[in-house]
Amino acid sequence: MLKELIELIKIHFKEFFREPGIIFWAILFPILMAWGLGTAFTKKGELIRTVAYVEQANTDSDNGPSFITALLSKTKVNENGLFTATFGNDKLGITTYKFVPSNWDEAIIKLKRGEVNLILDHRKDSLEYHFDPLNPEAQLAYLQLHGLINQQDLSNDEASIQPLTQIGTRYIDFLVPGLMALNVMMSCMWGIGYSLIDKRMKKLLRRMVATPMRKSSFLIAQFISRVTLSGLEAVLLVVFTMLYFDIEIQGNIGALILLFVSGNMAFTGIAILVSSRTSNTQVGNGLINAVVMPMMILSGVFFSYRNFPDWTVSIIEKFPLTLLADNLRSIFIEGAGLAQVLVPTVILAGLGVITFSVGLRIYKWY
Amino acid sequence: MNNQKEIIIAVEQVKKYFKEVKAVDGIDLKIHAGEYVALLGPNGAGKTTLVEMIEGIQQPNHGKISIKGKNWKHHQDELHRIIGLSLQETRFIDKLSVLETLNLFAGFYGLSKGKVSEILDLVNLEEKKKTWVVNLSGGQRQRLALGIALLNDPEILLLDEPTTGLDPTARREVWDILMKLKNERNTTMILTTHYMEEASYLCEKIVIMHSGKILAQGTLDELLSKHVKGEAIDFALDRSISKDDLPKTEKVIKIDYDEDNLNGEIIVEDLVSYLPKFLDVVKQNNLNLTSLECRKMTLDDLFISMTGRHLND
Ligand SMILES: Nc1ncnc2c1ncn2[C@@H]1O[C@H](COP(=O)(O)OP(=O)(O)OP(=O)(O)O)[C@@H](O)[C@H]1O
Ligand SMILES: [Mg+2]
Repeated sequence: MLKELIELIKIHFKEFFREPGIIFWAILFPILMAWGLGTAFTKKGELIRTVAYVEQANTDSDNGPSFITALLSKTKVNENGLFTATFGNDKLGITTYKFVPSNWDEAIIKLKRGEVNLILDHRKDSLEYHFDPLNPEAQLAYLQLHGLINQQDLSNDEASIQPLTQIGTRYIDFLVPGLMALNVMMSCMWGIGYSLIDKRMKKLLRRMVATPMRKSSFLIAQFISRVTLSGLEAVLLVVFTMLYFDIEIQGNIGALILLFVSGNMAFTGIAILVSSRTSNTQVGNGLINAVVMPMMILSGVFFSYRNFPDWTVSIIEKFPLTLLADNLRSIFIEGAGLAQVLVPTVILAGLGVITFSVGLRIYKWY
Repeated sequence: MNNQKEIIIAVEQVKKYFKEVKAVDGIDLKIHAGEYVALLGPNGAGKTTLVEMIEGIQQPNHGKISIKGKNWKHHQDELHRIIGLSLQETRFIDKLSVLETLNLFAGFYGLSKGKVSEILDLVNLEEKKKTWVVNLSGGQRQRLALGIALLNDPEILLLDEPTTGLDPTARREVWDILMKLKNERNTTMILTTHYMEEASYLCEKIVIMHSGKILAQGTLDELLSKHVKGEAIDFALDRSISKDDLPKTEKVIKIDYDEDNLNGEIIVEDLVSYLPKFLDVVKQNNLNLTSLECRKMTLDDLFISMTGRHLND
């Protein structure tokens, strides 16, 4: 029993480490994703926004368009001869507006292409702002420019602004537990589900069960090797983001490990259930995608699902990936301990046991 | 003589239908200890289906299979231990070496590394043991599959086309391995094949299957003497001759002549007395033979006489 289990686990490791593609996608890719997204959304550099202006009132002033003179000391002429205005401070981040002269038609095309999201239309005795009111960035540009023209720079009120750069409140802190959960799901669903279907298709499964091999140890070996590998992947991801972004695990490590293992149980069970009947890898592909896709999109791995309509939130909250991601997150950034994550841990493990037993019962070995 | 021997495999009235297709349609078969049995038949005859039912991989719709008095429902574990098998097509794990693949299966039987190297030697894969399965040739893969079948020193071997795709030398090597097992261990074997030569070389009992049924069974001699008589003269001429002009004696069993292709076959009971008469007729008609072959009847002739088709198409 033990000998066959060890042999089976050994071959899973060999299969994994001999496939350079798998190593890239399973280990390097999540780290790259954390690095890319973390850098893009966490470390804010100087933002440059382009604004088109249309001069309808024929002012031939050398001081530039008349509304820009209204911006007074805030405007500069950059090396391309464009007027620019810079806002903000260290706390808020710096935003520079570039003003590009256009006629109305050009300006509309630029807006449609997303090159600008605000058009300033200077008429004889009025200044009109054209933008999509549903676009928050355009709205912000409007507020900042309008405030400035009226001599009230909101962002200069330094005393009242407290930026959240504290560890645990940044985007990267939100992202890492999500990626960890996503990785568990992907690793189980493809690493176990797909490879079982593939083995069935190659008739290897039926050759193996024509020996005294225990079916349960075959499936348990899948789980053990998978939890080890996804553990390794998670450790690498966490170590990298700790070193690079200074993320912290604020909660209980024991609880984290327990939750992680039961997440693996849940997805191993689901993978075995999903792969229990079909011997066609294309059907398998579709089945796995049908399980994986909705959770990947909805379960709040990359962005919170709390902004979705209420009725969907109450469903999304119950997805296994949501359970895993949310609770990993609460250990990472809310400092949760075993008590707080006990219920979801038990639910995930239970889900794993149930799907595993059902899968084993209806499993098509031949 | 077989009657005193223990019956190892008993198949009784077994049927297996796939919707409309009657893959196996009522088969009875008794195989005795130490017997090598060949299942011979064209594509789709039902050989694989029958063997897989004996292997416990497929369940019959009807009928009973017992192996050493045991059945798959209640004695699965014991049966797995005494049977060695190779499927018609199995693809092992691509990026595992020959040695690792054997070790994996040895682990299922709880066997030692010593057994694995013995098998490597037996199937002649010693120098390929570090090669990944994906890089083996077709014949080497067949031998690996055979090696896995032999790992547990099986009492019963069930091999589905073990030599298909092998070159003549490799096929010969497999035959030698199987003959050795027969002589040294008294193994019982069922083997499916398309090669009459293989069946007659390895197996004392040949079972001919067609459309899910057994057409005939017995030793090669029994089959031939019971179902096909005589010897055949296959010939071709340079010009046409009327079929009626060929000599007809009471010893002639059958004459086939194709006037378009100028060739024919005559089956006679007594070749020695018939052949001179045939040659005389050829001479009298001022014809020349472009080819002439006299041969004994084969299983293929038997199959044609029963089904009107060749074994191998
Ligand atoms: N799983 C299945 N579903 C439907 N039909 C099947 C199935 N397995 C076999 N058959 C059909 O049963 C018949 C017998 O197939 P089988 O594989 O036993 O033939 P075989 O004698 O082994 O042929 P071959 O020499 O080509 O290996 C064929 O007509 C085949 O199409
Ligand atoms: Mg077959």
